[in-house]
Amino acid sequence: MIDPLLLAMAGPNDLWYTLPLVIAVSLVYAATRHEQTGLILRHAVETAARIAGFMLIVFVILWLITWWIR
Amino acid sequence: MATEKSGGTAETVQLKDPILAAFLAWLIPGLGHLYQGRLTKAALFFVCIMGTFVYGLYLGSDEEVGWGRVVYASWRPDDRRYHYLCQIGVGLPAMPALIQAIRIRDGKKPFGSFMAPPPREEIPGAGRGVSLDAIHLRLARYFQLGELYTCVAGLLNVLAILDAWAGPVIVVGRDEKGDKKKAKDSEDTSDGAAEPAATP
Repeated sequence: MIDPLLLAMAGPNDLWYTLPLVIAVSLVYAATRHEQTGLILRHAVETAARIAGFMLIVFVILWLITWWIR
Repeated sequence: MATEKSGGTAETVQLKDPILAAFLAWLIPGLGHLYQGRLTKAALFFVCIMGTFVYGLYLGSDEEVGWGRVVYASWRPDDRRYHYLCQIGVGLPAMPALIQAIRIRDGKKPFGSFMAPPPREEIPGAGRGVSLDAIHLRLARYFQLGELYTCVAGLLNVLAILDAWAGPVIVVGRDEKGDKKKAKDSEDTSDGAAEPAATP
């Protein structure tokens, strides 16, 4: 049986479409919380890391479920 | 007026007329901030929000089905476009969809297929382009991606509108014990997160 992790990483990966969204959401969200560019960028990096971390956790949970039910 | 402190210095933000700024921010992303003289944020909002919206339009477009097919207003029982409630958040760039929908409701021919509600079945000579089924068949998941991008752009502009209206949101930092009040007091002497005090 094909490893679902390999399957997820193979071929054209639609996950790349999340990258522009994460960047835009992080920057706009951070910009509504600060006025100075330095603070905006710092907050944006933190927000992007949080979103990526959340997505990674969801991915691991789904991967474990897939691994468990097959 | 809103103030923000960083590194021991306070910066005052002049919000001018907040209602007008909010309206302008809705009309074109970043325009409200441009009116208020907040140029960096105006550029940031315009590039991020309009970039997301235009990329969404591009993803939901094709030479065969036409351009701008993911943004349209429809209230037919079999095709209620709740997405448009989010997409209209970007203001003027999503407005052609409303004009097209009104023209079709009034029995007039739309201005091309751009942002026109696609018919359930293709009607030759109606000027509304290919049917909704044909669009989904041709674009497949890119139609949903286009919807997602344009909806997110509209929702992000709601945040930008609030920022133009009331200034940056108050961020209350936390110390190690999670005591918000202590953290707020300590921010007066630290270079931590922002602590804007907004007044109209």
